[in-house]
Amino acid sequence: MATEFHTLQEMQHSASLATKVFIQRDYSEGTVCKFQTKFPSELDSRVERTLFEDTVKTLNNFYAEAEKIGGQSYLEGCMACATAYVIFLCMETRYEKVLKKISRYILEQNEKIYAPRGLLITDPIERGMRVIEISIFEDRSSSGSSSGSSSTSSSSGR
Amino acid sequence: MSTVMVAKKVKRKWENLPGKNTFCCDGRVMMARQKGVFYLTLFLIVGTCALFFAFECPYLAVNLSPAIPAVGAVLFLFVVAMLFRTSFSDPGVLPRALPEEATFIEMEIEAANGNVPPGQRPPPRIRNVQINNQIVKLKYCYTCKIFRPPRASHCSICDNCVERFDHHCPWVGNCVGKRNYRYFYLFTLSLSLLTIFIFAFDIVHMVMRSVDSGFVGLTGFHTYLISLNQTTNEDIKGSWSGKNRVQNPYSHRNFMKNCCEVLCGPVHPSVLDRRGLMLEGLPGSTNPTAALTHVSKSKNPEAQPTKTKAEHGPDDDVKPDVSTSTTDISGLEKSPSSSEPEMLPSPQDLPPEPPRDNTDCAPGKEDTY
Repeated sequence: MATEFHTLQEMQHSASLATKVFIQRDYSEGTVCKFQTKFPSELDSRVERTLFEDTVKTLNNFYAEAEKIGGQSYLEGCMACATAYVIFLCMETRYEKVLKKISRYILEQNEKIYAPRGLLITDPIERGMRVIEISIFEDRSSSGSSSGSSSTSSSSGR
Repeated sequence: MSTVMVAKKVKRKWENLPGKNTFCCDGRVMMARQKGVFYLTLFLIVGTCALFFAFECPYLAVNLSPAIPAVGAVLFLFVVAMLFRTSFSDPGVLPRALPEEATFIEMEIEAANGNVPPGQRPPPRIRNVQINNQIVKLKYCYTCKIFRPPRASHCSICDNCVERFDHHCPWVGNCVGKRNYRYFYLFTLSLSLLTIFIFAFDIVHMVMRSVDSGFVGLTGFHTYLISLNQTTNEDIKGSWSGKNRVQNPYSHRNFMKNCCEVLCGPVHPSVLDRRGLMLEGLPGSTNPTAALTHVSKSKNPEAQPTKTKAEHGPDDDVKPDVSTSTTDISGLEKSPSSSEPEMLPSPQDLPPEPPRDNTDCAPGKEDTY
């Protein structure tokens, strides 16, 4: 039986009863934001390894794009400095744009892949960019689809 | 954190954040708890600049360029903007682990440590990671219940783990970390530039004012005269320059020697003996009126002994005589005759004074006795 999750409230209510797996940060390349692609054993029976690794690798690519030090970041920095950073009150930084892309991606992944398997990926930004939290729904519906409220409501406080 | 979503949406997340930060403007501003030194910083910067703009800029704008206050204003605004950015922003605080995450990490730690015999201290919670072929130890933070990322540190004043923690700066009232380090650096840099700017234009202002009133010019002029061993009078008359091309015979032809002579030369004594005593009954002495005027100039009787003692430096033999009694002195005062050089100012006495004084001295003293 599929249960539709329309609000984060329902999801959270369900998630608090499940186990959680935390994908840790990969510091092998320094302090850049990158997550380990090691497949956790708890997800062995829940989702295919390749799907999981694809998700994490895509997320890593997004973060690398956001943190890339190159022409665009340089230009953005210089322009902002010239305006005493007042421009940040009007303009969205590159990192913020990429973060929006990431939250859209995670939403899409949840809807397509993980929610049907009874899993829920939490956006790392809600956990201080420390971990990717994957909630495993044990006895509840394994084919519920997630609504999109999780990412948007959590980023309002930033 | 989940209560924010579930509840009536009245409270914002910042109200529930652990740690010792204070928040303003509904969570837009984040600072440390102690803000006193920050207010001092702000006061010093704004105060100094206000004084500069009020007192120096009107003069400089008119006499030099209106660009000076303009540049100063831009610099000042930049400094204040950077200060606010540094002080009010989140330095890169790591949120504490939620209970599930904390439990998960603890389980991992216990699994890694193995079985610890009871009574023994468990080994420190350290995780080793390899970064660019170097082993870096990540420490576990007991307050935040996380393994700190590399370069992160826990600030005890703010009670937060901060990424790329630099230091806690009381002057800006906040930690300096990953997110606000560039603003902190630009603040210190622009503040240094502003300080140098104000200092430089203070000096310029002072120099301009003093040149206007002629002090510096006068000093410069006399330095020039000293270096050439000339007097103002000679310079005005053009004694050693100009038409005749006669060389200044007094100059040592050497800048240092000329300066040394004027400034470090011998201290010539006064040959006037203004304080000397006037003696009465001396032939060839000046007329009484002159003597009286001199005597009246010689001040108080009680001061006489010591003073005349000094005055009679060259005539050492009269010293003991003079110091004995005041009556003698009063006698001296009355007597029109005097062997003293005090008589010098009256014209007829001028040339032969010294020898006459010496000869007259002895009888004068005898008289008083």
